[in-house]
Amino acid sequence: MSASQQSPSLREQHGPWFGAYGGVFMPEPLMAAIDELAECYAECKADPAFQAEFARLSRDYTGRPSLLTDATRLSEQAGARILLKREDLNHTGSHKINNVLGQALVAQRLGKTRLIAETGAGQHGVATATAAALFGMECVVYMGEVDTERQALNVARMRLLGAEVVPVKSGSRTLKDAINEGLRDWVANVDSTHYLMGTVAGPHPFPEMVRDFHRAIGDEAREQTIALTGGLPDAVLACVGGGSNAMGIFHAFLDDADVRLIGLEAAGDGAETARHALSIERGAPGLLHGMRTYLLQDDEGQTLESHSISAGLDYPGVGPEHAWLHDLGRAEYQPVSDTEAMDAFLALTRAEGIIPAIESAHAIAGALRLAKEQPGSTLLVSLSGRGDKDVATAGRWFHLLDEGAQQL
Amino acid sequence: MSRTEDAIRASGSRALIGYLPVGFPDLATSIEAAVAIAEAGCTAIELGVPYSDPGMDGPVIQAATQSTLERGFRLEELFEAVAAITARTSAPVLVMTYWNPVLRYGVDRFAERLAAAGGAGLITPDLTPENGRDWLEAAERHDLDRVFLAAPSSSDARIDAAVAGSRGFVYTVSTMGTTGARNDVDLAARALADRIAARAASAGTEALRCVGLGISTAEQVRDVLTYADGAIVGSALVRALGAGGVPAVRELAASLAAGTLDDGPAFAGTQAADAAPAAGAPAPSTPAPSTGSTHSTEKGASA
Ligand SMILES: Cc1ncc(COP(=O)(O)O)c(C=O)c1O
Repeated sequence: MSASQQSPSLREQHGPWFGAYGGVFMPEPLMAAIDELAECYAECKADPAFQAEFARLSRDYTGRPSLLTDATRLSEQAGARILLKREDLNHTGSHKINNVLGQALVAQRLGKTRLIAETGAGQHGVATATAAALFGMECVVYMGEVDTERQALNVARMRLLGAEVVPVKSGSRTLKDAINEGLRDWVANVDSTHYLMGTVAGPHPFPEMVRDFHRAIGDEAREQTIALTGGLPDAVLACVGGGSNAMGIFHAFLDDADVRLIGLEAAGDGAETARHALSIERGAPGLLHGMRTYLLQDDEGQTLESHSISAGLDYPGVGPEHAWLHDLGRAEYQPVSDTEAMDAFLALTRAEGIIPAIESAHAIAGALRLAKEQPGSTLLVSLSGRGDKDVATAGRWFHLLDEGAQQL
Repeated sequence: MSRTEDAIRASGSRALIGYLPVGFPDLATSIEAAVAIAEAGCTAIELGVPYSDPGMDGPVIQAATQSTLERGFRLEELFEAVAAITARTSAPVLVMTYWNPVLRYGVDRFAERLAAAGGAGLITPDLTPENGRDWLEAAERHDLDRVFLAAPSSSDARIDAAVAGSRGFVYTVSTMGTTGARNDVDLAARALADRIAARAASAGTEALRCVGLGISTAEQVRDVLTYADGAIVGSALVRALGAGGVPAVRELAASLAAGTLDDGPAFAGTQAADAAPAAGAPAPSTPAPSTGSTHSTEKGASA
């Protein structure tokens, strides 16, 4: 793999286009808001005062930098050195808070008083509801009805924080439909409202902006890995739903040509079945949610439903920067089935006393697999979130709930 | 030449455009319904293509198109419907489609099939002119109309692009929201229609403006026609079709068409309020002398 030394830095790439992917494919009524947002974000990006305020919140509120944990017992079992980037220790329990605080600052600068968001696992919704409380803004979170059922605990958390949670009953009743409903709300309320996209997807400037707000994950982890091991890791692994935690951790390593970047997509019932969320590996380029990217679609351009045990990875599209990195060959994307993810979930929990989000367990599964292929290597894994929200799902999966016990 | 533009001008710039999703509730009924609303007084037909992620549609149209997809809708039905409808009425048939199905089918191939079926052109809610180069070229090759949207929030530059890119008319989005019947069509619609006319004039051209989103009554149609060239009705027709089939949608279209009559004989009840034409109504909305009045008489007879 030779990202030639002479070629321009992959780290400098910015929107609206990542190669043939990205762009702005939005209905006209939203174009003014998108243009305004892109302009405002460009200002924020160049403004030291904005960056200082974002850094202060990241430090004093989120708890950055997040730890890097040398997972010695898991490493021993796996046969490779596994380092965990602990985004699960962030306030609210996942990487999602990084982006939310950044966008809340942008929204404030735009004079918006209402935040709306889509959420799958509920982590982004919880983070958005948290920022709304912190900034004194109104908050409405759209969540597919299927997801409100499998992530009931996070629904209660959002409501506790003062957010209105709207179960979305249209389409596949999951994340993609929650985005559609959020965009409809945005069209109608664009004067007061910022749409707080939760991943590196959607029209420009979202993919670039969300990536930038997550860059600290990789910047910190790269330094921490060098400090701990004296060198770069052999591979960096992260789960990919829309792809925000993966872009956040990959970005610092894009120009380190010897470091493999591996995104783990949810294979649901299995890559050989029709029930998966393998947007890159099984999808084709098309338009969804304002961007051109790989997506699961039928031969007539209808978006297909994705399937995963993990609500946060249950999305038929993927951020355009991933599509671009895939085509360049700079990043690889591999499938992890529900079963493999749940095995890894249990392995990490028992070896290290860390219960991961089921999303993050996909990255752990990828690392355990790679360890077998490359024993003795150093693998940096994005532990994007903690598993409290998934205890009910895991309890059912592993048959740990007592007969007649009160269900969550 | 644009068949859509011709039809709007022939109506005396008092056009009624009716939206129905193709294939809803089934292919044959959707064809009958489109023919019925044309016979009842629609100047042009807007046939919607069911799509999995209809970001601009409200609940009524979403429910209709989703059920159509669930029963296994294929694009072949669209071309079949366009051919069947245009064989039976002279009203131009425009197809309203989100862009991914067209991209996937192949832009030129789609345009070719549409033209061969007798379609007049496309309305593209999520394709803006700056992303539409392939489509504009294909439309030119196959002599199809292309209708882009302008919204109350659009900048002057964006309105200019919509005017320059569109042929047929400019879809004048009445309100910041999705499709769905509303009690009041925003004041924003009038201001936008005037802005579009002014921008077109300053570019040395003329743009026909048809107002859509939220229109469901003859009174609203009549109000819109005091400042625009056409009124587009969607959700209300879809709801009527869903609830009462072809007879119901025909009846609603006929009653909406009464709103296109400048003397409004069918509206004795509201005539007092409407008697004085809105002050400052722009000149273009005055019906063209001959074709306009003939058209009105026909509608008067059928209403
Ligand atoms: C813990 C966690 N990891 C990962 C994801 C997937 O999102 P992304 O691919 O944008 O990182 C989610 C989404 O809900 C999440 O909650």
